[in-house]
Amino acid sequence: MFEYCTDPDVLSTFEWFSCYLTNGKHLLFYKSFGLIILLLFITAPLAALLGLLAAVAIKSKSLLLRLFSKAYANIVRGIPDIIFFLFIPITIDQLIEFTRHKIKCPEIVDSVWQGSDFVVCGAAKLPLNSDPQWIHDIYGFLLAVFSFTIVYGAFAANTFYGAMNSVPQSQIETGKSFGMSRKQIYTSIIFPQMWRYALPGLSNLWMLLIKSTPLLFLLGIQDVVYWARELGGSKTSIFHYPHPDWRVWYFLSLLVFYLLLTKISELILNRISKKIYLPI
Amino acid sequence: MKKLLFSAILLAFIYVPANADTVRMGTEGAYPPYNFINDNGEIDGFERDLGDELCDRAGLDCEWVQNDWDSIIPNLVSGNYDTIIAGMSITAERDEVIDFTQNYLQPDPSAYITTGEGNKAAYIGVVAAQTATIQASHVAESGAILAEFATPDETISALRNGEVEAVMADKSFLAPIVAESNGGLKFIGQDVYIGGGVGMGIRESDSDLKDTFDAAIDSMKADGSLNTLIEKWFGDEASLF
Repeated sequence: MFEYCTDPDVLSTFEWFSCYLTNGKHLLFYKSFGLIILLLFITAPLAALLGLLAAVAIKSKSLLLRLFSKAYANIVRGIPDIIFFLFIPITIDQLIEFTRHKIKCPEIVDSVWQGSDFVVCGAAKLPLNSDPQWIHDIYGFLLAVFSFTIVYGAFAANTFYGAMNSVPQSQIETGKSFGMSRKQIYTSIIFPQMWRYALPGLSNLWMLLIKSTPLLFLLGIQDVVYWARELGGSKTSIFHYPHPDWRVWYFLSLLVFYLLLTKISELILNRISKKIYLPI
Repeated sequence: MKKLLFSAILLAFIYVPANADTVRMGTEGAYPPYNFINDNGEIDGFERDLGDELCDRAGLDCEWVQNDWDSIIPNLVSGNYDTIIAGMSITAERDEVIDFTQNYLQPDPSAYITTGEGNKAAYIGVVAAQTATIQASHVAESGAILAEFATPDETISALRNGEVEAVMADKSFLAPIVAESNGGLKFIGQDVYIGGGVGMGIRESDSDLKDTFDAAIDSMKADGSLNTLIEKWFGDEASLF
């Protein structure tokens, strides 16, 4: 990064660290923090939306919708996150590739499962082999967003369901007697009032979501945990910046990062709840 | 929102290739000098040089992919990349699941290291090795207590922290670590020759690709460029072809 970095062996301690902490590998490490933030800001609204839809479906008149949404909320909430994160990306990926294989290469009659191999034709791969690595990275990231949304949507569904039921029944009856449609009851009575009941549950979910982001590591995404372990490991002089085992410092930096993230979230959530709830 | 979702899904299904000649090379990136992530965050090492040269000779367009060791075979067979080029020794057990090209490294000696003091018999105590390596199965069969770790670096840390009494790994991985430990670490016992040399792992259904790389390795063996590369990364004592 700096001009004096060409020969790290002759640098003073300060210069050595200024070079070390700005080398290409560290820049990738810093970027991976951005990835966590990005994941949070994409996943949270999607999961909230999915949860809201599922909660409305649980309260719907249609038996099919009710069964489906209840099954979704209960099954997903009952399965450990980690199992889901291992299961969904592989299944979705193979499902998409299998479907694409059937559409694009109908002339191949061999099964896609050959022994332990999963083989689809070149044109059916997603992303394609010829795509640059960043497209593969984005694809992996989208699968992760999808998994997080499914899991946290189920929790949000339960929160919203409870919040909607907390809106006083008499108001809904009043709405009905005024001749309001279901849609009107939702948009002008339930939705505006449910937030005050949903907020504590949603803020809990937000915190849990933050704390589960290191699960990205499980999906093979080069996230903060991967880089912390990779950078912290002891390095021989085959590297420009040899050093002993520094993993403890890198993991400490993750600890500080997550504490800051949850602390800032807490401050913001506290401000919101102060506006909504009166002190007793 | 619905439209957006729908078009995203549609796009996933109709998206068309530019060209299909790219081969994705999977490696661990944590086992210097075989393969490692260098200071710029790129994959580097003997296998990076070798792989690039092989792709060049075979006229293939190659893309490098980092993947953790413990899932490196499952992700090959499920098609995330097309080859494993990660210091993987050819063994009968692995050959049941994937195919190997001919070896591009001679069977490499494996060795034990331990901390400096005393004259410990590492064969009896707790020995660390990386998960799912030939060294791990050798240690388990030798009657010692095996402690497995996900990355090679963690085995060395475990030894330095006193969690284990010895580490077993490829000698060429251990040699620079011992040399730079200022006497803190040393080799003990005899070198052990296990595995059938190092080759590239390829899906069993992908025999064309296997033939392509076999031919490329042949040509590098024939003109001596493979030996030059081995000497560059493993020093003069490495066994050549």
